[in-house]
Amino acid sequence: MIQFQNIYKSFGKLEVLTGVSAEVSGGGITAILGPNGSGKTTLIKMLLGMVYPDKGEILFDGKPIKKEWHYKNNISYLPQIARFPENLTVTELINLIKDIRGGTPNEQRLIELFTLESHLGKKIKHLSGGTKQKVNIVLAMMYDNPVIVLDEPSTGLDPIALVRLKELILEEREKGKNILITTHIMSLVEDLSDEILFLLEGKVYFRGTIAELKEFAGEDNLEKSIAHLLEHKNAENIKV
Amino acid sequence: MLKILKYSFYDLLRSKWTLIYFLFFLMITEGLLYITGDEAKTIVGLLNVVVILCPLIATVFGTVNFYNSREFTELLLAQPLKRRDIFIGQYLGMTLSLSIGYFLGVLIPFVIHSLNYVVDYTVLSILLFVGVFLTFIFSALSFLISLITDNKIKGFGLSILTWLLLALVYDGMQLFILSMLDNYPLEKISLVMTFLNPIDLSRVLLMLKLDISALFGYTGAVFNKFFGSSLGFALSLSALLIWTVVPVYFINRISMKKDF
Repeated sequence: MIQFQNIYKSFGKLEVLTGVSAEVSGGGITAILGPNGSGKTTLIKMLLGMVYPDKGEILFDGKPIKKEWHYKNNISYLPQIARFPENLTVTELINLIKDIRGGTPNEQRLIELFTLESHLGKKIKHLSGGTKQKVNIVLAMMYDNPVIVLDEPSTGLDPIALVRLKELILEEREKGKNILITTHIMSLVEDLSDEILFLLEGKVYFRGTIAELKEFAGEDNLEKSIAHLLEHKNAENIKV
Repeated sequence: MLKILKYSFYDLLRSKWTLIYFLFFLMITEGLLYITGDEAKTIVGLLNVVVILCPLIATVFGTVNFYNSREFTELLLAQPLKRRDIFIGQYLGMTLSLSIGYFLGVLIPFVIHSLNYVVDYTVLSILLFVGVFLTFIFSALSFLISLITDNKIKGFGLSILTWLLLALVYDGMQLFILSMLDNYPLEKISLVMTFLNPIDLSRVLLMLKLDISALFGYTGAVFNKFFGSSLGFALSLSALLIWTVVPVYFINRISMKKDF
């Protein structure tokens, strides 16, 4: 479904990605992990055509995405920061995305799930950070797309909303979708992910299940395993 | 593009700054009409406000709006849309909402006063037109500068500097150059310099129509002498169009290549 082929990207002198290759297909949840600045968001943005690779190619359904935009109809994307035009109401914002994408979204169920009914008529600037993130989730998840990309989905959410979000993500996985998540919350990774893609120093340093990661690192806990990876990043047996 | 334009327009039309802008022009126009009791004098008075203020507000508003909507732009970029539609749509939405604030703010008092005396609608429409043009030009310039400059403070500074140069410093420079070169024929230099500054152009455009030779200034007089008022009018109009189209062309070009 999605193929990253030998991707290079640098911003000025900062080399962020130095030859990332990976394939995501067949459904399931892949967590993209890595230290700050390891290029997680850059990789995701490249998939969405927001950042262009210096070298390498990204294929979606076997076709290069360069200069294309129709393929984005098949991707639901939750950006990291939820900021929208301040003077639009929540309903207007939902309508904007509906206008752009067309089709038949299922926003009503999500609005109920995240108890947003009472906020629909409010302007965005009057919403709290957490509520904005809920709106963000509704906008991203209201379409039934085969690929879902979530960049730090849990930011600012209260425990109830977080539980609902997890349920929602697992539900989507049951439908056989390909879901990519970046997060710093390890419990979220443990609860959700089928597979981990660990980026380090611009490359895919590890790829496998949580159990494999623990085994690879020789630790019994995910957080420790990741710390272990970071500390021993010069280890020779890089498994991809 | 129309969808983005529509929502961007709605959003900004409801912002309090558009309202303040509208009320400001409403008060100035009404005030001038009330004090002078003469529409021609009011238009000349307004011209001096319009050529400085429309560019300034468009510059400030354009920059602030661009940086404020950055994350939203990112959300739009992830949607199945062409990049051109996103940026040109946002630009037009912003420019149109500002233009409407200005347009109605000036027009309404004139319409109300037209009950009492005759209003020369040709001159008034040129004034309205010039303000709208300046809004389009300076919004485009500030949008372009913001697009190139990722750093907010730097972008804001550069935009304001552009305004300062074109609105205030340019006239001084022009005078300085003309006085330095006063042994040479100055008409052509003067003409070229006017074409290079949209604010000067707007001023000349209206002066030619108002036919107040005392207010022509040197450039206006040269313009009048060289082209007569019709040709001068057509030329300055085309120059203003070029001033609008060129930055928009670059907005399109740069947005295609930029990483977000």
